[in-house]
Amino acid sequence: MDFNAALFTQYLIIGIASGALIALIALGYTLVYGIVELINFAHGEVFMMGALFATTVVATVGVTNDSSGVAIVFMAIAALLASMLFSGLLNAGIDRVAYRRLRNAPKLAPLIAAIGISFILQNIAIYWKGSNPITPPSLIPTEYVRYNVLTEWFGLETRIRLRVLDLAVLGVTIPLLIGLTWFVYKTRTGKAMRATAQDRDAAALMGIDVNRTIAYAFLIGGALAGAAGMIAVYYNNSARFQMGFRYGLFAFTAAVLGGIGNLAGSVIGALCIGIVWSMSDGFMSQYIEGWGAGWTPAVIFAVLVLVMIFRPTGLLGEQTVDKV
Amino acid sequence: MAASLAASQRIDVRQDRRDARSKTLWIGGGALLMALYPFLDNALGINRLGSFMAIFVLVILAMGLNIVVGYAGLLDLGYAAFFAIGAYTNAFLTSPTSYFVRNDYIPEFLRHFWPALILSFFTAALFGVLLGAPTLRLRGDYLAIVTLGFGEIVPTFFLNATTITGGTLGINPISAPPAIPFFGGDLRFGASDQRNWYWLMLAVGLLSVFLINRLYDSRLGRSWQAVREDEVAAASMGINLVRTKLLAFGLGASFSGFAGSIYAAAFQYVHPDQFRFSVSIMILAMVILGGLGNIYGVIFGGLLIASFDRILVEVLRDPVQSFGRTFNIPFLENHDLSQDRFLVFGLALVLMMLLRPGGLIPNARRRAEMEPESEEIAAAESESLYDARREQEALAGERA
Repeated sequence: MDFNAALFTQYLIIGIASGALIALIALGYTLVYGIVELINFAHGEVFMMGALFATTVVATVGVTNDSSGVAIVFMAIAALLASMLFSGLLNAGIDRVAYRRLRNAPKLAPLIAAIGISFILQNIAIYWKGSNPITPPSLIPTEYVRYNVLTEWFGLETRIRLRVLDLAVLGVTIPLLIGLTWFVYKTRTGKAMRATAQDRDAAALMGIDVNRTIAYAFLIGGALAGAAGMIAVYYNNSARFQMGFRYGLFAFTAAVLGGIGNLAGSVIGALCIGIVWSMSDGFMSQYIEGWGAGWTPAVIFAVLVLVMIFRPTGLLGEQTVDKV
Repeated sequence: MAASLAASQRIDVRQDRRDARSKTLWIGGGALLMALYPFLDNALGINRLGSFMAIFVLVILAMGLNIVVGYAGLLDLGYAAFFAIGAYTNAFLTSPTSYFVRNDYIPEFLRHFWPALILSFFTAALFGVLLGAPTLRLRGDYLAIVTLGFGEIVPTFFLNATTITGGTLGINPISAPPAIPFFGGDLRFGASDQRNWYWLMLAVGLLSVFLINRLYDSRLGRSWQAVREDEVAAASMGINLVRTKLLAFGLGASFSGFAGSIYAAAFQYVHPDQFRFSVSIMILAMVILGGLGNIYGVIFGGLLIASFDRILVEVLRDPVQSFGRTFNIPFLENHDLSQDRFLVFGLALVLMMLLRPGGLIPNARRRAEMEPESEEIAAAESESLYDARREQEALAGERA
């Protein structure tokens, strides 16, 4: 079968949108790992809880796709901010309750605690929303669900579809990324975070409240995951207690691929993973017999294992040395 | 000083001997009770032998994971993958419906339980070494994630490679061991001979306890602990780090493969969902709950969590629901305890890490590190290199 450029572009668009989503989650892993060297295994579940919370907020307020355009836009922004706040506080709360006490314990202790917390959060999600996938309350006006930006706005005669939803993902992600960069490189707290990441003891000696700085990293990482959760619910039109596991691991793979601890690297890694994901889900089955979306996790985890083996520092990462 | 040290060592030796004797008594008594249980099960009509078979396999898995995590200190989050490899190896070799048997790729003499069991052991070991060789030089948390990735790839493969694995249908039936002559009669291992299966698994479990105990005291076992405590110090004492870690990883994997093979044969069925990430975490929770590095602790933790998973969830469902109805607690009225599994595993991991990192029954060596016997030893242990050097410099200054 010949190379189908239109189909390829279509999956590229989906891949970039999913990549942007993954980037938001991956940044949470990177922020935390950069400072406390902890793989925050529960991060995927923080994302999932943000997603579930967003559905609750929208359902409670009661704005639906029949409401006026202004109400819908405000609702979307409010739900986004609410789930960011919720996930941020959840993540910082977990740090306060569990990880902070294990700061000086052997390195595997907080990792094991994080795995435990991820399971606890999944179970809480089952109590909260049941174990079956739920559909979020409809928010996007029906005429926009299948609306193709390329034909309607640019008048292009093409079968490639660029949905409003794809644009919305980028429209949320890009400002958040700019905001994060500004925060980390221009504010006092951001400077404190970078100092703590470099050398925790020296930072403490310089008068930085290390515990508070670490809490900020968890708060911001959690907030980004919450934003991703809100977007993911409407992008996929479903949510489930297990969604955090796959998204979380894909995002972690992205962070490792880009070089964990490196913010720009995480975004690049996330775009790569997003594109690999959508190609494997859709494009590959056109060319390889027996290929299906079921193979995607195997492909992504193979990327993870191979990167870990051959280039554990990732694409942009620096060499980290084990401290004796 | 020297005299008192020798005296305390003498006391230690006597104490050790007494400990060993009471330990043997405990294990012997426990094993005897468990061996007699099938008669009780039959007499009282409990009908839980099938659950106990699964529990024994899970406990054996926990003992195997304890080698990797508890002894060698390598966090393996994909332990169920080796379990799956063992189970599927057995299924591929012995099931009449397997792709390889149908196409006559398997020689006749391999299509039986015992050769398949041995092959599963070595296949899992092979995969353990293949995964371990390039990854064991990684740092602890990276290794954990690589094993997790591997642990997800394996069931994904078994789920999607439908031509050879049957996908979601799984593979059945799987060949059972031939009858063993026993006091004139035969011990048969059909689907209805649960009692014999129970004894076989108990025997395998006890053999594992014996082997792992011998391993723990061996040169290799001591190197594992040395590597776990301090890699740099261990390497400078002449321990080959790569070889030691690889052996721990490979042995742990082969243990898991071996258990998987027996599990497949006992339940006559393999399915990709039996080997998901949550299984790896359940086994990890057993090891952590019981006590990292202490085989008896691990057995205890394994029995606790496995019996919750396989027995309590079912037994307690009706009482909990009727409790909810009596006291009008809507949450409990239709509550299915099998929904609480993740909560139990998660709480076991978190609470143990926060409150009792050594586990319910901690390893003696670890306890000694955490709770030194006397203040003198504690002070000596917490004395840093810096203090020692300063003292030395002060002494040198005095001499000058």
